[in-house]
Amino acid sequence: MEQFFAALTMSAGYNTALVCVGAALLGAASGAIGVFVLLRKRTLVSDAISHATLPGVALAFIIAQTYFDSGRSLPVLLFGAALSAGIGVLAVDWIKTHTRLTEDAAIGTVLSTFFAVGMVLLTVIQSMSIAGQAGLEGFLLGATSGMLKSEAMTIALAAGLVGLAVVLRMKEFSLLCFDEDFAAASGYNVRWLDRTLLLLLLGVVVIGLKTVGLVLIIALAIIPPVAARFWTDRVPVLVAIAAGIGASGSFIGAAISASAPNMPTGGLIVLVLFSFFVVSLLISPVRGILAAALKHYRFQRIVHLRQGLLAIAHNEPVLEPLTRSILRKGGFMSGDGQPTFKGQSEARLIERDQKLWNLYREIYPEESHALADWSLKPIGQVLPADTVKVLEDELCPHLVVSTETPKGGAI
Amino acid sequence: MQKLKTPDLQLLHDTNAPESINAQDHPFAVQGLTVAYHHKPVLWGVSYSAPKGCLTAIIGPNGAGKSTFLKAALGLIPKLSGETKVFGAPIKKALKNIAYVPQRSAVDWDFPATAIDVVLMGLYGQIGWFRWPSRKHRETALNCLKSVGMQDFANRQIGQLSGGQQQRVFLARALAQDAEMYLMDEPFAGVDAATEKAIVMVLRKLVADGKTVLVVHHDLETVRDYYSHILLLNGQHIADGPVETTFTSENLQKAYGGRLASTQLDGLSQASGA
Amino acid sequence: MDIFLQFDLPSILLGSLAALACGLLGNFLVLRKQALMGDAISHVVLPGIVLGFLFSHETGSWPMMIGAGAAAIFAVLLIELIRRVGNVEPGAAMGVVFTTMFAAGVVVLEQSGTAGVHLDVEHALYGNLESAIWLDAYTLSDLWNLEVLATLPESIKQLFVVNLLVIAFIMLFFKELKISSFDPLLSASLGFSPKWLGLSLIVMVAIAAVAAFSAVGSILVIAMFICPAATARLLTDNLKVQLFISGIASLSAGLFGYLLAAFGPGLLGYEISVSAAGMIAVVAGLQQVLAMLFAPQYGVVMRRRRQKVHANI
Repeated sequence: MEQFFAALTMSAGYNTALVCVGAALLGAASGAIGVFVLLRKRTLVSDAISHATLPGVALAFIIAQTYFDSGRSLPVLLFGAALSAGIGVLAVDWIKTHTRLTEDAAIGTVLSTFFAVGMVLLTVIQSMSIAGQAGLEGFLLGATSGMLKSEAMTIALAAGLVGLAVVLRMKEFSLLCFDEDFAAASGYNVRWLDRTLLLLLLGVVVIGLKTVGLVLIIALAIIPPVAARFWTDRVPVLVAIAAGIGASGSFIGAAISASAPNMPTGGLIVLVLFSFFVVSLLISPVRGILAAALKHYRFQRIVHLRQGLLAIAHNEPVLEPLTRSILRKGGFMSGDGQPTFKGQSEARLIERDQKLWNLYREIYPEESHALADWSLKPIGQVLPADTVKVLEDELCPHLVVSTETPKGGAI
Repeated sequence: MQKLKTPDLQLLHDTNAPESINAQDHPFAVQGLTVAYHHKPVLWGVSYSAPKGCLTAIIGPNGAGKSTFLKAALGLIPKLSGETKVFGAPIKKALKNIAYVPQRSAVDWDFPATAIDVVLMGLYGQIGWFRWPSRKHRETALNCLKSVGMQDFANRQIGQLSGGQQQRVFLARALAQDAEMYLMDEPFAGVDAATEKAIVMVLRKLVADGKTVLVVHHDLETVRDYYSHILLLNGQHIADGPVETTFTSENLQKAYGGRLASTQLDGLSQASGA
Repeated sequence: MDIFLQFDLPSILLGSLAALACGLLGNFLVLRKQALMGDAISHVVLPGIVLGFLFSHETGSWPMMIGAGAAAIFAVLLIELIRRVGNVEPGAAMGVVFTTMFAAGVVVLEQSGTAGVHLDVEHALYGNLESAIWLDAYTLSDLWNLEVLATLPESIKQLFVVNLLVIAFIMLFFKELKISSFDPLLSASLGFSPKWLGLSLIVMVAIAAVAAFSAVGSILVIAMFICPAATARLLTDNLKVQLFISGIASLSAGLFGYLLAAFGPGLLGYEISVSAAGMIAVVAGLQQVLAMLFAPQYGVVMRRRRQKVHANI
C-alpha cells in the first residue's frame, strides 16, 4: 500500500515515475484518438490492429537478432509491429471492399490469422535458442517491471507526439466524424484523413504494446471515449475528458502495478478504466443511466398527461392505467374515472394548445419535424410570441372546419 | 378483451372505442399509439381501426411515422403508450394471424437462401419447433411463388433477383403465412411496372378472399386506382375512411402542409374521383 | 506407427474436433454479422474458467465449462445492458466488456497464485495441443477397440461430446436459426424469439470455445469461428452446403495444420518445432485467402475475369 502511494505521488524512484508518466501520456493519447474512432463507429478495427502487431514484433526480433544482434531494441520491435499492423489494416479494408464478407468477419479473419502467424514465429524463436528472447512475452499482457529507462522515455515521448498530432488535427477529424460528405465537399481528402486517423490509432497501439500488452491495448482506445461520451455532446470537450480519463486511469493502474510487480500492468489499467466507465455510466448528469431514467420518466409523464387531457377534451375514454393514475394524481380525474372541473378546464387549454401545434405542423412541416418539443410543451414556451400570434389568428377560421367536418367532403 | 371496471363504462360513449363494438368487426384496432425516438415524438396518440376486408393505404409525408406506425402497432419496436387489439385480442397473442411484410432493405439479401427457402419461412409458424419442412410445405410454397409469377425462380439465390423480384418473393412469403391481416411496408418502393401490377393483383385477390390489408404507400397518384380506403398520418392521425370521402385536398393539405402545391392537391383529389 | 498413434493422432483429433465445433457454429455468427462475438466470447470465458478452476482445482473439468458458460451469458447480458441503457454503439459496448472481463481474468489468475501451476495466461492464449497423448494405442486395430478407445485423453472425449452437442443443436434448431438470422422481425412474429435463439447460440459458442480453448488457445478459437465459415460463405449460396463445406474446411485445417507444424520444418531441414495450434489457424486463414481469390463465383480473380469478358463484349 505504501509503495502504491509512493508510486502515485511519483516518489517511488525515477524509473517508476517515468513509467507512470509514460502510461499516463499513452492513456491520454489513446483516449483522444479513440474518441474519433468511436464516432466513426470503427472501434473494433483497433482489435485487428493490435493482434496484427505480433508477427511484426517476432519477425523484427528474428531479423535484428540474427543480423545485428540487437533483438531487444524497442524501436526496432515497434517498427516491425507498426509495419505488420499497417498491413493488417489494409487487409481488413481489402476483404471488406473486394469480397462479400462484412467488416466484422474481415476484422476477425485478420486478427486471428495474423496472431496465429505471430505465434508460429514465436515458437520458432523459442527453438532457435538465441539469447534475449525473454522480453517478448511482455508484449502479450504488458509488463512495466524491469523496463529500461530509455524504453520508458521512448514510450513517453512517442505518446506525447501522437497526442499532439491528434490535437493539431482535431478540427479535421471532427468534421470527418460529423459529416463525411461535407468534409469531402469542403475540399478535404476524406480517404487520406481516414488513413491518418487509423495511422495515429496504430501509433498508440504500437507504443502501448510494451506497457499494456497487445490483448488489452484496445481497451485504452475504447473505454475512455465511451466513458467520456456520458458526460458531454461536444467534441472538443469529449476529447479532453477522454484524454483525462485515459491518463488518470493509466497512471493509477501503472502505479498499482509498480507496487505489486507480479500483477500484469495491462490488466490493472483496464480494470481502473472500467471503474471510471461504471461511474460515468451511473452518475453522469448528462447521459448517465440515472439521469436518462429520470428524463424518460418525466417524458413519459408529460406525454401521458397530455394525452389524457386531450382524451378528456375529446370526450374519449381513458383506458391506459398509467394515464389514469397520472390524471388522478394531478387532480384532473376523480376516483370514479370522471374528469374533474379542474380537468375539464385544463383539457380545454391543452386542446387549444394542441390545435396550435397541429397548425404549426401543417404550415411549417419541415420546421416542426426538426423541433424536439413539438406538442410536448405549451406552444408559447417553445415558439416566439409573434409566431404564436400568427398561428392563433390563423386558427380561428380553421377551428370551425376541423371540428365539424373531420372526414372532409369530396370536392 | 380487457376487463373494464364499471366506472369506466360511463366514459365509453365514444363510438370509436373498440371495446364497445363486436370485436369480430375489428381485425386491427390501435388505441392511442405514441412512439418517440430519443425523446422526440414520432407518433402522437394515434387511434385507428382498420376496416375489415378492405384494402387500405397508409399515406403521409416523409417522417410522418408510417413505417413506425406498423412496427409499433405490431409491438416490434418500443412504444410510450397505446395498445393494439386483433379481433379484440392483445397483439402478442394474435401475431400468427398477421403477416407483416417489412421494407425490402430490412433484410440482408446476400443471405444464403433461395427464393423458395424464403417463402418456406412463412410456413415455419405452422410447421412449429424442431420439425423440418415436408414435401407438402414445399408444394404450398411453390404455389405461393406461382401466384406472384415467380415459380421459375424458385431455386435462384435471393441476392441474384432484381428488386422487383425480391419484393414478389416477400409477397409470396406473406401469402404462405395465410393470415387474416396483411401489413405491408412500402411494397411498391423501387419496383418495375410489371411487378407493381402483379402486386396490385395479389392485393386485390387477398381482399376478395375477405382479408384485411394495410399498405404503407408513397405514390399519391395511384392511391385512387389501387385502394378503397386510406389512413392519413402526419405524426398524428389526420383522417381515415373511404377514398372518395377522405382523399380530399383539404385532408391532404392537413397532412402534407406546404409540401404539396395547391394545384397538385386539386389534381390528385379530382383525378378519378366521382 | 505406434508413435503416430500415440502422439500425432491424438493431437490431430484434438485440433480437428476443436476446429469442427467452432467452425460449424461460426456459420451463424458470420451470417448474423456477429463474427466478433466469437472474439469477445473467447476472451470473456477466461474469468469464468479461472473461477471454475479455483473452485474445482483441476483443468479440463466441467466446473470450468460451467464457469465459462456463465461468464459468456453474463457478458452478453452486460453488453446488451450497456448498449441499451447507456446508448453505446454495439461494437464499443462489446469492446468495453470483453477487455474488462479478460483483464479481470488475468488479474485474478496472477493474484490467486494459480499461475504457472496448472493454468497460465500464455497457455490460455496458445493452447496446448501437443500435450495430448494416447499411450495405450499400439496398432491400427486399436482404433476399433472400445477398451483402448476408452483410454483416449479426457480432452478429446470432451470435445467429441461437445461436437455431438453442437451438431444436435444445429440439426434441431436449423430452421429457427435460419429464420432468426435472416429476418428477426418475422421470426419474432412467428413465435421464434430471436433473442432466445441468439442467446442459446452464444451459450453454444461459449461451450465450444471452452472445449476448444484448452487445445488451441483462446485467440485461435477465433480463427476457427470465423475462417472456415467465411471460406464456405464464399463458395456457396446454400446454407446446408455452407455448413458442410465449413465442416470440411475445419477438419482439413486441423489435419494439415498439425502435419505442417509437426513435419514441415523437418522436411525443410530445420530442427525447430513450431506451434501446432498456430499452424492450424494459419492454414484456416490460408484456405480463406484461397477462397477469397479463386472461389468460382465470388472470388476476386474470377470476378475480375468476368468483368473483363463483360467489358470486351
